[in-house]
Amino acid sequence: MDAKELHSLALTAARVRSLALDQVYTAASGHIGGSLSVADILTALYFHTMRVDPKVPTAPDRDRLVLSKGHTSPALYAALALKGFFPLEELKLFRSIGGHFSGHPDMRHVKGVDMSTGSLGQGISAAVGMALAGKMDKKDYRVYTVLGDGEIEEGQVWEAAMAAAKFGLDNLCAVVDVNGLQIDGATADVMPSEPLDKKFEAFNWHVLKVDGHDLEAVAAALDKAAGLKDKPTVILAKTVKGKGVSFMENDAGWHGKAPNDEQYQQAHAELTAMIGTLEKEGK
Amino acid sequence: MGEKIATRAAYGKALVALAEEYPDLVVLDADLSTATMTNSFAREYPDRFFDVGIAECDMVGIAAGLAACGKKPFANSFAMFSAGRAFEQVRNSVAYPCLNVKIVGSHGGLSVGEDGATHQCCEDFATMRSIPGMVVCCPCDGSEMTAAVKALLDYEGPAYLRLGRLAVDTVTDAIPGYKFELGKGATLREGSDVTVIAVGLMVQKALAAAETLAAEGISVRVIDMHTVKPLDVELVEKAARETGCVVTTEEHNIIGGLGEAVCACLSERCPVPVLRHGVEDTFGRSGKAEQVLEHYGLTADGIAARVREALKLKKG
Repeated sequence: MDAKELHSLALTAARVRSLALDQVYTAASGHIGGSLSVADILTALYFHTMRVDPKVPTAPDRDRLVLSKGHTSPALYAALALKGFFPLEELKLFRSIGGHFSGHPDMRHVKGVDMSTGSLGQGISAAVGMALAGKMDKKDYRVYTVLGDGEIEEGQVWEAAMAAAKFGLDNLCAVVDVNGLQIDGATADVMPSEPLDKKFEAFNWHVLKVDGHDLEAVAAALDKAAGLKDKPTVILAKTVKGKGVSFMENDAGWHGKAPNDEQYQQAHAELTAMIGTLEKEGK
Repeated sequence: MGEKIATRAAYGKALVALAEEYPDLVVLDADLSTATMTNSFAREYPDRFFDVGIAECDMVGIAAGLAACGKKPFANSFAMFSAGRAFEQVRNSVAYPCLNVKIVGSHGGLSVGEDGATHQCCEDFATMRSIPGMVVCCPCDGSEMTAAVKALLDYEGPAYLRLGRLAVDTVTDAIPGYKFELGKGATLREGSDVTVIAVGLMVQKALAAAETLAAEGISVRVIDMHTVKPLDVELVEKAARETGCVVTTEEHNIIGGLGEAVCACLSERCPVPVLRHGVEDTFGRSGKAEQVLEHYGLTADGIAARVREALKLKKG
């Protein structure tokens, strides 16, 4: 990846974070912690990896993304808006009775959303079905699904993992946003899931590990996954919940809470400063 | 009376028969293909059949993904598991995004027999009809099942189809003017004193009860309500107006199924006495299927007794 693309991705990721924050603050509800941890992953997917055209959001040959951890919709909506699926202006309708930007993504009403998700553990199964359809139809599209490391406590995830391996879905790539926290605390305390690499290996998946905030590394892992054959690939992306806002980082309390005015001002200032620095670097 | 065949057997044959006409039809099963009768399809069309193992929740999600890519998936298991265990997947991954997935529940009701209560699902109409937009269908015989499978292939949207385990007499093919239409009940016997609205294998028993009651001078109308949702409210209302009382009968809990759907309809449109006949809010038990049905009163005599009660209410 050249420096120009990397810089552009970093700037986009910072904007995704800022827009996610704005949505949660405006709605006075929503999941900011996980949106900030997954922001770089979604940015790499939509702005480096995936073949999508916002002008033809349901093109049959497009790559697909199932945000299995659907509660981080603010980051998804932000990425889709920046990609051009709908105007940025519409994001103010997040969680609003007057709009279609539900707390969890609704494929019927939001352009670019490939699957309605939100009930944890279900998205990966739908992604398996999409990848299976691609194999049946001999299409070259790829299917991506993003899961949380808390989410994978759901048994259905492992049912889907077995199925993906059985059907040899090398057109499927799962990314686990390993931020180590869930509502009730540290994932290691609530329900230890490590070693995730060995678990997925045992389920016959290719396993890649990456720093989930190193955009170049995430993009490279996604590129590499596209070349891995015969088995599905999982990218275990180590992240920080709340990444980018100092007082939200590594704090489970920010899983599903909106900032108050003062907190918002501080968070907004930090993210705006990040964007400003990147913009200056770009000139 | 026509051929004796289980609706699950007719279903399996229909899938194979319609496979060429519907190239997007794909079939999923969760390790029960010999029981749900999808095994013939699996043999004939191995590239369009997916056994996901004993993982019904995953199966429903995979079906949703296939539907999102234009396939017409039929996802099969026992009613207990496809409409019970995977309820939330059906709700959130299929019905909420309005994906074109057919959820199939074989071995519905008590007539599972020997396997006992854990496998005798008498709650599937209730769970499935509680989901917004779900069509709920349970044909009474092989002929009707064949027509229902085609109708469901033509219907774009989420639906639940219940299959029965037992071989049952084919009754619909002998009815003049009978035509299967999703969402429209079929009047199998005219009558003026009382209407029995039946679904599934209770249809044949309702016809037998009507015969018995005719000998007592009671004229019984029998409606085969193969589509529990959306309910054919016009037909139900017409029957209530013309016969003055109604008995519903179903191999299902009297809570949440056809009976309550009819009660809700008539309390709003034409209040008349309605008596529900079915499983009285209890679990089943092991036994030979016919013995179990008899144990819980799901017989022609059981229906006839409810009809006599209904007539008393009507007169009272």
